[in-house]
Parts: sequence; C-alpha cells; structure tokens
Amino acid sequence: MPMVAMTVNGRPISAEVEARTLLVELLRSSLGLTGTHVGCDTSQCGACVVAMNGRTVKACTVLAVQAAEAAVITIEGLATGEVLHPMQTAFREHHALQCGFCTPGMVLSAIELAQRLPPAVTPEAIREGLEGNLCRCTGYHNIVAAVGAGATAMRGKG
Amino acid sequence: MYDFAYQRPSTVDEAVAAFAASGDARFLAGGQSLLPMMKHRLVRVSDIVDLAGIPGMAGIRTDRDRVVIRAGTLHADVAEHQGLRGAIPALAALVAGIGDRQVRNRGTLGGALAHNDPAGDYPAAALALEATIHTDRRTIAADDFFTGMFETALAEGELITAVEFPAPEAAAYLKFANPASRYAVVGVMIARRDGRVRVAVTGAGPCVFRPLQLEAALERAFTPQTVAAVSFDHRRFNGDIHATPQYRVHLITVLAQRAVATMA
Repeated sequence: MPMVAMTVNGRPISAEVEARTLLVELLRSSLGLTGTHVGCDTSQCGACVVAMNGRTVKACTVLAVQAAEAAVITIEGLATGEVLHPMQTAFREHHALQCGFCTPGMVLSAIELAQRLPPAVTPEAIREGLEGNLCRCTGYHNIVAAVGAGATAMRGKG
Repeated sequence: MYDFAYQRPSTVDEAVAAFAASGDARFLAGGQSLLPMMKHRLVRVSDIVDLAGIPGMAGIRTDRDRVVIRAGTLHADVAEHQGLRGAIPALAALVAGIGDRQVRNRGTLGGALAHNDPAGDYPAAALALEATIHTDRRTIAADDFFTGMFETALAEGELITAVEFPAPEAAAYLKFANPASRYAVVGVMIARRDGRVRVAVTGAGPCVFRPLQLEAALERAFTPQTVAAVSFDHRRFNGDIHATPQYRVHLITVLAQRAVATMA
C-alpha cells in the first residue's frame, strides 16, 4: 500500500493508505479530525471542504495520495489556541448556522473567498462564491452576513 | 470505489509508458469527473497514472492571435488569467462557470476535454473557437476530436498536453444551468472570425455539436432574427427529468439569440 506524507494543520503526518483512500477518509478515520464532514460524498454539498496548498477542495473527491506533500488545513486548524479565526467568530456572532453540519466546509470556503475577492465584497458575490456549499437549514441569509463581516475582520487583522 | 495500483510518473513519456504497460489504466488529472465515476463504479481501473508529478503540465501563453493553455492548467487559473481575459474574454467567462470554486481548484482543461461530458462547458469552447488539441504524439482539430458521448478521437493511452485557442473577433457563451448541479441543460457558444461564424451546442445532444445550418445563416446575417428563423429537429436531442427535447430546442434558440445580441 502507498505511503503518504503531508502536513495537516501544520503538523507533519504520514500514513499507509490504500490507493483508493479519499483525503476525507484519511482525515476523519486515520487522523481523527472529524470536523470535516461527509454530506453527499458526490462533490456537490461542500461539507468536506478543506484547504490544500491554500486552495479549497472537496476532500471527498481528492485521493489521499493526491495530497502527498501538500499542506492541508481543516476546520480544526483555524483557531489559535482558544481564539477563534475571525471567520469562525463572524459565523458565531451572526448565528450563521443551525445544525452546523455544513459549517466547517462553509467556513473554509468563506476564508478563501474573503482572500480572493476585492475589499468591497457584495452579498451577491458571496452567494455566488459559496455555490459549492449547501446549507439545508438557514436559508443562507445569516451565512452571507457572516462571510461579509468575517472578510472585513480578516482584512482588519492583516 | 474499487482499489487500483497508483503510479506517479515524472515525465510525459513515463506516463504514456506506464499506461501502455497496464491492464486497464486511466490518466488522473484533477479527478473531478474521473473520481466520482470511480466512486459510482461506472469506471473500474487496474491502474491510475497520476499526472500531478510531471513538471510543466500547467501554464498559459497568450500571443496576439492565440492562447495556448497547457493541459494540466486548473480552471480557476484559466478563469483568472489576465492575458487570457483580454485575449478571449468569453473563454475566461465560460471557464469561470464550470462547476463551483472547489471543482475549479482541481479540474483541468485536459481532463475536461478527454472526459467529453455531454453537458461539459469546455468542449463547447474548443469546438466553437476551432481549437487544436496537442497530444503526446500528434495534433487533433477540435472538429475531429469530439466523437460521441464521453468519446473522443484520443487513442488508448494518448495524453493531451496542450490546447491552442485562436482568438476570435468576438465570442459569447451562454448556458442555462441546472439550478442544483450547475451543469448546462443547454449551453451555446458562438465565435466570429474573418467573416466566418462557428456555433457549438452542449448539453442538448449526446455530444457537443455544430449546428451548420445556423452557422451558415448567421454568416449571411448576424442577427438574433436569423437565429429565430432556423429550426431544429427535436428528435435529435436529449430528454430527461430536467428538460424535454422540445425544451432543449427552445433553449438553443433563446441562448443563441442572446449570444448573438451580445456580440452584434
């Protein structure tokens, strides 16, 4: 079986995996990082989104071996100690979740979106930018508000 | 997904040799189409030959009259490339509408063309823009490349290395996206160059195609009214839970009219 090595949330890891092992399976089953969720398992819902070398990907549609030597960031890697990432704080303050199942992927996608879009990010651009993340609870209104606030907070920090 | 042997060659030659030495191999680029098919057990392979370890597979070069995109270039990078957005804005816009952000962060040009999904966006661009597909062994004109549903002119184990898109004078791509999957229920790309008009339709039939009658009519008079006067036989088109063949015909007409209007 192939050996795969990468860094996950800044920590070097290596594991022996079947070639068919998905990145999300490695994260959840081998590393115990169960914050990354599997919703649809067909690369539609976005619950499994993680950042790989700074780009968001659907971890249900990436093989673990494809992430060899990559730097992977999951929802567990965003906070600094007890201090939440500004996007996590914004989701909490704006009550941008109900059941929370989609939230880890939503937050990872939102951070890349905030880094990528121009400063005056419009609600329309946020909605379009989150097309790869589905929420079945909130109707998106509070999520869009949280992403706008989180993006502003991230710029303030930078 | 069934298990397979995983190979990660470091040159194109090694990749082609690894494929040839395998029982039933597939090349893996971004995997955004292949991995879902393997998970659904629509495809079973003995070997995956991953192209990610080959240097130089990605990159974009823009000249005055053409754009050359290496096969491994990610959709997200094509969509945001400043030179390409200037040279062929309709192509950049088309690629910006493939899948979603996460799919565009993994999916590649070569993978999309080799997969030739009947509702794919990139095949429409390649066909309408009269692209040339470069492989490890030859060049193939887009007109000869898309041969059927999920079928291409690629030989077994032949690898796309780059695609050359001549810059049109004007072009536009419009699609009616399925509200859930974002796949094109129908997509129409129109390009005009040197008095010639090329139209490519995706999503409507088993494979991307050029409606030659419509092209000829638009070469005579490039107006939305011209589009309205051309009729299609709906029996050639797909019907499914999303749209009837008649509705797809209607979409071709509406989208082509709007595309012409934006270019006129």
